[in-house]
Amino acid sequence: MSSTYLGMPAVPVYGSGNLHTAEPFPVAARRELDNEQLRANLGHATHTIRDKRLRVVAELPDWEELREAGSATKAAVMARLPELLEQFEENFTARGGVIHWARDAAEANEIVRDLIRDAGADEVVKVKSMATQEIGLNEYLEEHGISAFETDLAELIVQLDHDKPSHILVPAIHKNRSQIRDIFLREMPDVDPNLTDTPARLAEAARLHLRRKFLSAKVAISGANFALADTGTLAVVESEGNGRMCLTLPETLITVMGVEKLLPSWTDLEVFMQLLPRSSTGERMNPYTSLWTGVTEGDGPQNVHLVLLDNGRSAALADERGRSALHCIRCSACMNVCPVYERTGGHAYGSTYPGPIGAILSPLLTGITSEENASLPYASSLCGACYDACPVKINIPEILVHLRSEDVQSRRGTKKVPGQMDVAMKAASWMMGSGRRMALVEKALPLGKLAAGPDRKIKKLPGIAAGWTRSRDLPAPPAQSFRDWWAKEHEDTASKEQA
Amino acid sequence: MKIALFATCIVDAMYPSTARATVSILERLGHDVVFPAGQACCGQMHLNSGYFTEAVPVVRNHIEAFEAEEYDVAVAPSGSCVASVKHQHAMLARSVGDSDLETRATAVGARTYELSALLTDVLGVTDAAAQLGSWYPHRITYHPSCHGMRLLRLGDRQANLLRTVEGLELEPLPEADQCCGFGGTFSLKNADVSSAMLADKNANIAATGAQLCSGGDASCLMHIGGGLSREGSGISTLHFAEILASTREHPAPPPGAVRGGSRSAARLAGKGRQ
Amino acid sequence: MSARTEILDRLRSALHDAPEAPEIPRKYRHSSGMNEEELIELLRDRLLDYKAGVSVVDEASVPAKVAELLKGETSYVVPAGLDERWTALAPGRVVDSPEEPLSVEELDGIDAVVTGCAAAVAETGTIILDGSPGQGRRACSLIPDHHVCLVRAGDIYGVLPEAVRRLDVTHPLTWISGPSATSDIELQRVEGVHGPRRLDVVIIRS
Repeated sequence: MSSTYLGMPAVPVYGSGNLHTAEPFPVAARRELDNEQLRANLGHATHTIRDKRLRVVAELPDWEELREAGSATKAAVMARLPELLEQFEENFTARGGVIHWARDAAEANEIVRDLIRDAGADEVVKVKSMATQEIGLNEYLEEHGISAFETDLAELIVQLDHDKPSHILVPAIHKNRSQIRDIFLREMPDVDPNLTDTPARLAEAARLHLRRKFLSAKVAISGANFALADTGTLAVVESEGNGRMCLTLPETLITVMGVEKLLPSWTDLEVFMQLLPRSSTGERMNPYTSLWTGVTEGDGPQNVHLVLLDNGRSAALADERGRSALHCIRCSACMNVCPVYERTGGHAYGSTYPGPIGAILSPLLTGITSEENASLPYASSLCGACYDACPVKINIPEILVHLRSEDVQSRRGTKKVPGQMDVAMKAASWMMGSGRRMALVEKALPLGKLAAGPDRKIKKLPGIAAGWTRSRDLPAPPAQSFRDWWAKEHEDTASKEQA
Repeated sequence: MKIALFATCIVDAMYPSTARATVSILERLGHDVVFPAGQACCGQMHLNSGYFTEAVPVVRNHIEAFEAEEYDVAVAPSGSCVASVKHQHAMLARSVGDSDLETRATAVGARTYELSALLTDVLGVTDAAAQLGSWYPHRITYHPSCHGMRLLRLGDRQANLLRTVEGLELEPLPEADQCCGFGGTFSLKNADVSSAMLADKNANIAATGAQLCSGGDASCLMHIGGGLSREGSGISTLHFAEILASTREHPAPPPGAVRGGSRSAARLAGKGRQ
Repeated sequence: MSARTEILDRLRSALHDAPEAPEIPRKYRHSSGMNEEELIELLRDRLLDYKAGVSVVDEASVPAKVAELLKGETSYVVPAGLDERWTALAPGRVVDSPEEPLSVEELDGIDAVVTGCAAAVAETGTIILDGSPGQGRRACSLIPDHHVCLVRAGDIYGVLPEAVRRLDVTHPLTWISGPSATSDIELQRVEGVHGPRRLDVVIIRS
């Protein structure tokens, strides 16, 4: 099916933009862990959504079959990506849409800015979009005198608070209702000063705040959840109706989408629209899904653009053992079940993509050698909850381990002084590479008792093990290893038998 | 049946009583236990930390050690190490391009069982009290470790065996499926997040009112027990193999007993041979 | 080199190992095997769960039901092509047609909208509008605050694949599952944000 590329494998071209941590994960995580309010909000939110997801998934007798179909469909998309993109382009263009290709974040931003200027606008309304988050579009437009208004309630909260999203589905998950009311009172010019913190009143305030913007906007910017190659159709999945407003009312619609979002056929939606809502919001179906194919006369925007974004996706695709990270449909189920995410929140991951998927996707898009992202694959206990929850069966733990090995390997290449972990691993490899050597080392185990207190507990260890003994004791080693006991036991038996 | 015991490095060095309990259970069922002398470690720590080069000799050693012995099935009292042997060894061999080692790894992996899976699926143990004489008249709770649960799909096998121990009362653990935060080197590299996970796990354990938490992985139990000990909770941990091996004549330590490795080993050494 | 050529080259080069596109196993349910009564019951249950209003009527009772649902609204819009008899008893009708479309401001001044639909999915509580006559352009069913949607029982399908395979995707499609809603604040669901805050579905038995 797929045409084989005859050129030489090229050097991967990595992505740029909001894909980096500002500091290593353990450092950022430690700070976030100290935020009691954050942890309480996150704990409540992730548990609520986890339970909802389990309930609606259990309703479907064919959930595993849907996952199988979803997973295979995405693998097929990756294998045929260039050809499917060309097919999509042909269909989308034939129906009046215009396609733009962007190698990286900077190029995508420039394209969008020029399209907005061509439409004669200096402000735009936006539907929540990970791709525009990733390329830092709002900041870029701001620098160029264009105001971008986020219209999703959570994105609006985050934007009004000059904060960053902490979750890809519910970006303001780290804030509770009273914090949100305070933000609205402070930042919304026309807000009712008696605003209470009931969610219904807060949603009403957002409606009033944005209504005029929707009705008068000339240009809207969106992402896309799916692009259907055989028809040239784009799809946006949402809840509030802000998406429908943006996708329907303005004259010009600009969509920014990663190249990996394709599905081969329109009928594939029958699988993905069962997988996505149940996995993301824990609903049987999200309130609104909009599909459009180029331009429809007399209905919706008459200037329809799509920016197809690489920004490191081709580099991720080149990693045979990591490329399935591109199967991600951004449902966020993995972060809602992740015990690490639950305690640190999204900000600790730095990148637009937090949680387990972010811990693999960010380094794949930027390269593992990018210093800040090298700590991300270690931000997991490899408990495997994410793999179980993933609707398209991305084996996140396996890719985490793969990326760790890439990290170790890349540091081996440099002339850096080996760290304590490197030295310890080398020593352990020597010892554990032979039962005989292991036995010799075990003979010295009773010496470990010297490190223990009178209660036979070790309470303080040096170096890389210090983190362990900050909150945990270690038992003193036994007087005799099992191996030693077994040898003595069977020696005795053997000699008794001989006697 | 001839059963090869894979003790696992942590049990061999730190919790020998768990391996002895495993031997005792299998012998009571009338099976022959052998201990391949060349064994050391499954290499999981290296593999999961990304040290593939360093993992190769460890994995190779495991495969050679178990090829050198004649047996019907191999068993380990650890879901995590068995998952590594079954899933990771062949993957590592493939990633270093050694197809011979890959084939051999697959063969060894196919014959290796986690203890509860062997007891339930192969040896037909459905009633520990009747078939093993298991006796442990205490109220306990149980944590199902992640790798046994998610990589080996052990389901309720360990808990079901515990439920059939005479006198044992099993308290359900809230949020049992949540990771304890060990994760090998994760507990060192991300010690703070790991501690936060452990604190929640241990709060749930304490909430059951049981004075002992059992499980199927010595590493997770070392982690949980280390935290419980530091908190001064008075709650102890014990591998399910030791509870299955516990009898009226040779009872396992009761809940709350301090279980420094040395004491249990000393106890075992002093108890003589059956 | 153009960005297009360069990106396609990069992607082809990334597939240096020529991975095979796997066969896609489609062992999931393609039909529900439910009869009309079961479909109506399931759709009603799902819609009520979303806090939509649901009535089940026979064809003769549609005009009275529509009038009842529109009581209190001073005006409502219907897309050209909707059966006129259905709204015959409700005063305040404004028609939106391709020849004489209403402006956004006009639509904003109208209280309600009455449309038909292309299909409905019982299991997910979804109604699907495709812009055909009687369903209208997307703005009509979006801006007024109250949406009354008429669903013929024969257009209800049990599971999503049944409905999807009967649609023409090149029409602008809107899938609606309950009124506009958000769960962005503490994951507590609130009905009514930017889209219609009230959704009434009238199911017409065949």
